[in-house]
Amino acid sequence: MENSRRNFLKIAGYSILGVGAGSMLVGITPKFTTAASEESAPPKYKERPGALTANRWGMVIDTRKINGRINKKMQQVCHKIHNVPDFVGQLGAENHEIKWIWPTKFSHAFVEQDHQFVSDRLKETKIPVLCNHCNNPPCVRACPTQATFKREKDGLVLMDFHRCIGCRFCIAACPFGSRSFNYRDPREAIEELEPNFTPRMKGVVEKCNFCAERLARGEAPACVEVSEGALIFGDLEDPSSDIRKVLAEHNAITRKAELGTYPSVFYII
Amino acid sequence: MYDKGKIVAGLVIFFIILAFPFWYNLGQSSPAPELELTDKAKQAEKCVEDTALMTREHMQLLHEWRDSVARDGNRIYVSENGDEHVISLSDTCMDCHSNKADFCDRCHNYVSADPYCWDCHTFPEENN
Repeated sequence: MENSRRNFLKIAGYSILGVGAGSMLVGITPKFTTAASEESAPPKYKERPGALTANRWGMVIDTRKINGRINKKMQQVCHKIHNVPDFVGQLGAENHEIKWIWPTKFSHAFVEQDHQFVSDRLKETKIPVLCNHCNNPPCVRACPTQATFKREKDGLVLMDFHRCIGCRFCIAACPFGSRSFNYRDPREAIEELEPNFTPRMKGVVEKCNFCAERLARGEAPACVEVSEGALIFGDLEDPSSDIRKVLAEHNAITRKAELGTYPSVFYII
Repeated sequence: MYDKGKIVAGLVIFFIILAFPFWYNLGQSSPAPELELTDKAKQAEKCVEDTALMTREHMQLLHEWRDSVARDGNRIYVSENGDEHVISLSDTCMDCHSNKADFCDRCHNYVSADPYCWDCHTFPEENN
């Protein structure tokens, strides 16, 4: 047969038809086997029994009960159990500070609430700040690898350190400065390694995780535990929870409410 | 064909060079390493799944475990026969396989696999 353009186009046309018809056949074949096995198989992963659960975790910080001693205690226990490196204290690297919860001036925590004549108590006492676990977290939108994400079941904004590529978009996106970057190997500045929590590596971002690992064991967040009643945590979506009762009785405020991130950490001033 | 001899000779030399890694290493292959189990692992007889499956797919399972804990917060694994295991590299896996050098590293070195688990996670004996 003589090869002509006409013959070539004919063969090409039939081939395309054949491929198309074939993939259509594959598409309309019912997939009984996979559907059935998916339904009957029991779930392979589940929560630890006794874990604390909520639809949306939240925290109320009663600044009237806060003092310097409690602030220090909360930061110490948090940083201890999470293997947070102390670059400032141990290496003098001020620019490399890593913090999950820390005390700050009222005028810094609530920039837009500050004025000439704030009360003496607020001028003197520092306010504990931490990741707000926002309901509309800008850091999650900024993350290109979904290393930081809002956990669907309880609204916590968490880090999957395995996925973090260290681009620091989330640090730029967070309006509260809640995130820190490991500019150096954290093990250089961990005094005593806590075996139950994995330390990070150089080049990843870290922040408060609302003690997700403690909640899974049925324990309250560590800062709440040592706060002598100044911190209250609970389910914001459960109207009968302690935290909702506290919020109903007191007028609490959040940091930078005007940005619309809907923080889950509230402050009674 | 012009210069037939030169082309064929060139091709032969080319393929000899291409096959260099094969004939150079011929006869010096080291035998696959034997897995060494701890007494505790021997007693248990079976890992969280069948031994054959674990040998073949432990890396996939570890990835699933990792995502389950880090992303979903589900820390219990239900194996095929209904046994429940707490998902933890250092507490569950390394509890039985506490001989990392003889159990993990030996094979990984042999196949030149370089998992980055231990960049962050601590092997119990390295803690002190």
